[in-house]
Amino acid sequence: MLSARGLRKSYGNLVAVDDVSVSVAAGEIVGLLGPNGAGKSTTVAMLCGIATPDGGEVSVDGVSLGASAHAGKLLVGLVPQDLALIDELPALDNILLFGSLYGMGGDLLKSRAIEALKLVGLSDRAKSRPATFSGGMKRRLNIACALVHDPKVLMLDEPTVGIDPQSRNHIFGNLETLRSRGKALLYTTHYMEEVERLCDRIVIIDHGRVVAEGTQQALRALMPASAVSRYEISGVIDPALLADLNARGIKSKLRDEDSLEKVFLHLTGTDTRDGR
Amino acid sequence: MSAFTALVRKDVRIYLSNRRALLLSLVAPILISAFMGAVLGGGPSKPAAIPIGVVDLDQSTISKKIVADLARDTTLAVRELPKAQAIALVREGKINAAAVIPQGFGQQASDALFRPDIGRPQIDIHYDPSQSMILEVVKGLLTEYVMQVVSADVFGGSSQSIARQRDRVTNAKNLDPTFRDQLLNLFKSIEDVQVRNPEDQHGSGPAQQGLTMPFGTRDHQVTSGERNYNAYAHSFAGMTVQFILFMGVELGIGLLLMRRMGLWQRLRAAPVSRATLLGSRMTAGTIIALILMAGIFAAAIVVFKVRIEGSVVGFVAVAVSFAVLTSCLGLLIAAIGRTPEATRGMAIVLTLLLVMLGGAWIPTFVFPAWLQSFTQIVPTRWAIDGFDAMTWRAQPVQAIYLPVAELLGLSAVLGALAVFTFRWEE
Repeated sequence: MLSARGLRKSYGNLVAVDDVSVSVAAGEIVGLLGPNGAGKSTTVAMLCGIATPDGGEVSVDGVSLGASAHAGKLLVGLVPQDLALIDELPALDNILLFGSLYGMGGDLLKSRAIEALKLVGLSDRAKSRPATFSGGMKRRLNIACALVHDPKVLMLDEPTVGIDPQSRNHIFGNLETLRSRGKALLYTTHYMEEVERLCDRIVIIDHGRVVAEGTQQALRALMPASAVSRYEISGVIDPALLADLNARGIKSKLRDEDSLEKVFLHLTGTDTRDGR
Repeated sequence: MSAFTALVRKDVRIYLSNRRALLLSLVAPILISAFMGAVLGGGPSKPAAIPIGVVDLDQSTISKKIVADLARDTTLAVRELPKAQAIALVREGKINAAAVIPQGFGQQASDALFRPDIGRPQIDIHYDPSQSMILEVVKGLLTEYVMQVVSADVFGGSSQSIARQRDRVTNAKNLDPTFRDQLLNLFKSIEDVQVRNPEDQHGSGPAQQGLTMPFGTRDHQVTSGERNYNAYAHSFAGMTVQFILFMGVELGIGLLLMRRMGLWQRLRAAPVSRATLLGSRMTAGTIIALILMAGIFAAAIVVFKVRIEGSVVGFVAVAVSFAVLTSCLGLLIAAIGRTPEATRGMAIVLTLLLVMLGGAWIPTFVFPAWLQSFTQIVPTRWAIDGFDAMTWRAQPVQAIYLPVAELLGLSAVLGALAVFTFRWEE
């Protein structure tokens, strides 16, 4: 459904994205991971037609964004990391506005807007202004605005930043519903547990390049054997046994082998990227 | 609803929904215009009398009559005061000037009428330097009344002035004999007139009145020809221009804030063209500016009796063209600005400069000649002159062809600059 091949983008001498290829099929959620400054946002900007690639091509359902930007954008919904809401307008009017930008109008737009509000659980707050919403409600409304035109591809750039577990769980439910409806979802996040729960495939980028891609299992297989040792202990664990293992230089940690975060750090390093 | 209409509607709704800001945008210019209009002369009514003090150290018949004549003049509000108090009141700004008539003034002034060589008595005028234009008014009125009273005293026959002058001329040692004879003949002629017209001595004939102004004036304010000048018309034009420009600045800052908040990115992701995004913003800015102008001038018309004495079509044309200019300026600010904070500071300074040079605070005719010439190129002046032409100057619609063309031409330049310098990618 979404296909990007060989994307490149530079800002002056800085190469932000270098030969990145991503694809998302219908009914699939692909996680896009990367440290700060890795090139995720630039990649997303090119995938939804905001930034023009220096090289490569993006197509949505066979429509090239380069050649037919207008037609391609009609098929894409974007949930930006920063809330794209207008506090002065009621929730429903926010959705109606974004629907209007996609050429919708009349009863169809109204019914779609109400449907989008219902999906994110905000039907009873249609007349309320976002300024009165909690962080989680704003995030959900942000998603509803991207869904009103019924896009085939939905791009979500860290859609759960700063919200409580209940709202996050609600959003996950929404995204799983959308997947079941055949939407293609590209999900950018820093939270590994979100990727583990939602994503069918993962693309890890660093320094503007794809450093790994595949299912969770495939990525875990990339870890060196010495570092990924699997122990299955059933029943009550004898503390003395653990102490004995530690004494022999074997570090133990429960479910250590399931940590995607460890795989991520292995691939991208442990240095912070604050300076980028 | 098209994307363009939806975006315009969105911007206008956002602006109008902030009632506190809207109220401020309307109330502030109205209040400041009212204040400035009142300072510059207020509505179509008589100007206030100029408060002055008169110190009569002479206390002669002549000086008392001068003071009485000054007090009768409606241009002045005269208070007779001791010298120290009069000067203190000038210093405090409670009166604009104090005229001190010195001791012996009456006799010395009569003598000096024929013999300037003996030295003229001096009236000291202490004036407020911040009201220096008033000095000339006071001097002019003093000249008129002193000449009138002193000449009446000399030619009216009630004083000893002619006899005193004759004795002085007769006893003068260095006077040319021919000139002495001419002067003595003149005095004789005056005395003959006084003797032959004794009924005139207590009447209102020419001799009794003394030298009067040989002409009068009829004053006509050149505005509509029907109404008096209303200073509020100019002050409202100036403050409207100022606050609409502020609105334009906020329009640009709003776009920079949209960039920062992610809304701009979201709009860019929608299938709308760049022309739609910028054009809708500009259209919304124009509509908002027109709404504000309508509100401000409605108050001017209803409360302050400002009237569109010229062409209504011309007035609307000036308003629309200035609204377009403001929107284009806002767009340019958004195009070249980096951060909202830094841009706001610079844009406000620029706005104040434009407004000041445009004559919004002080009418441009008060400027020095070179500055008046320079401000011909300032767009705010085109707008203010245009509004003035259509309100109190009562000009026909042709008078705004040039300012409107200039405003729209500059709008096109600013708009083009904004489009070409706009940063579409972060």
